[in-house]
Amino acid sequence: MMPLKPETWIAYTFAVLSGFAFGFVLERAGFGSSRKLAAQFYLRDMTVLKVMFTAIVTAMLGLVLLRAAGLVNMDAIYVNPTFLGPQVVGGLIFGAGFVVGGYCPGTSAVAAATGKVDGIVFLAGIAAGILGYAGAYPKLAAFANKGGDRVFLMDWLKLSYGTVAILVTLLALGMFAGAEWIERKMRGAAPTTPGSAGDESHQDDTTAPSPAE
Amino acid sequence: MANVSASPGRHTKPAPTQLKPMWDPYVAGFFLGLVLLGTFLVVGRGLGASGALARITARTAEIFVPSWVHGNGALGPYFAKGAKWWDDWLVFELIGVVLGGLAAGLTGGRFGIQIERGPRVTARQRLLFAFLGGAIAGFGARLAQGCTSGQALTGGATLALGSWAFMFAVFGGAYGLAYFVRRLWT
Repeated sequence: MMPLKPETWIAYTFAVLSGFAFGFVLERAGFGSSRKLAAQFYLRDMTVLKVMFTAIVTAMLGLVLLRAAGLVNMDAIYVNPTFLGPQVVGGLIFGAGFVVGGYCPGTSAVAAATGKVDGIVFLAGIAAGILGYAGAYPKLAAFANKGGDRVFLMDWLKLSYGTVAILVTLLALGMFAGAEWIERKMRGAAPTTPGSAGDESHQDDTTAPSPAE
Repeated sequence: MANVSASPGRHTKPAPTQLKPMWDPYVAGFFLGLVLLGTFLVVGRGLGASGALARITARTAEIFVPSWVHGNGALGPYFAKGAKWWDDWLVFELIGVVLGGLAAGLTGGRFGIQIERGPRVTARQRLLFAFLGGAIAGFGARLAQGCTSGQALTGGATLALGSWAFMFAVFGGAYGLAYFVRRLWT
């Protein structure tokens, strides 16, 4: 029965290995580039949305199928507790920081690792933000800790796990179709970013996987 | 390749030789999903970044203001009796992220010391806004108890309600502000 939950040192070794794969994929997706990431918010390059939702759907369907096969126990898997107020307000603030700074925490770590000075400075900014939050925490604690239950989309929608998984998959497919449409519309209409949909340079190498469109 | 070196926002010359192409976004997303699924199945947890950064920040601040850090409601628990600041899955995972990013950058021909910026901002402005954006994002991530990886990806895949609310709020915040800061990127 999964999760296997091995002893600590094995788990931590696995943490380094899976982090390595995570960082490697982020770089290969082009997420070491702030201009490519920010282009998502100007509809010039929808890679962020495509990568994120493909990843979410892949992992989600894996869990749903393995659970249906009786191979995984969802109760033993950590599910982010829901604190609706802080998550919505924190998300809005986080999104603002994303478009101003051009990174999120994980991608800034990859950018810093590939020599981007702006990535290193963004990381320093995160540290400042964390300390700022800590300083404000006594005043924020009551708001920040309101909630904390294990609540799923299916509880909110009053639908089964499988149904919600299908709906999320359909939502993702719809967004992919929209993303491809937007990229076709925007192509040629604006200067491109490195490696973006409108930039042909990433297609020079014959080993490149063929573009989905 | 000439396209990349000619692009206006590159501050310094791009890394030379054998620039590996980016992966197709859906292929990259699929592999990212498999990595995430793997962590669920092996350790029962997902990926993350800001949680580890909070621990590292707390440890660094502890050097200068130990009593403030230990007494702080947000940072203190990392140093509680029996707890060690580094004793968390995410800290080790983040070490891997940096190593994996470095390996991919080196093997892909994209490693190089540079300041990446929009075509209309100076390097100094870019660094100022990178710091500001990082600070805003860092604050928001602590309030939301996670970031794009720890909340949106991980909580998104487990269908956690609050993580989905976070994800839409992130896109809402970013798209809502994008117009007003367009000079930074376009």
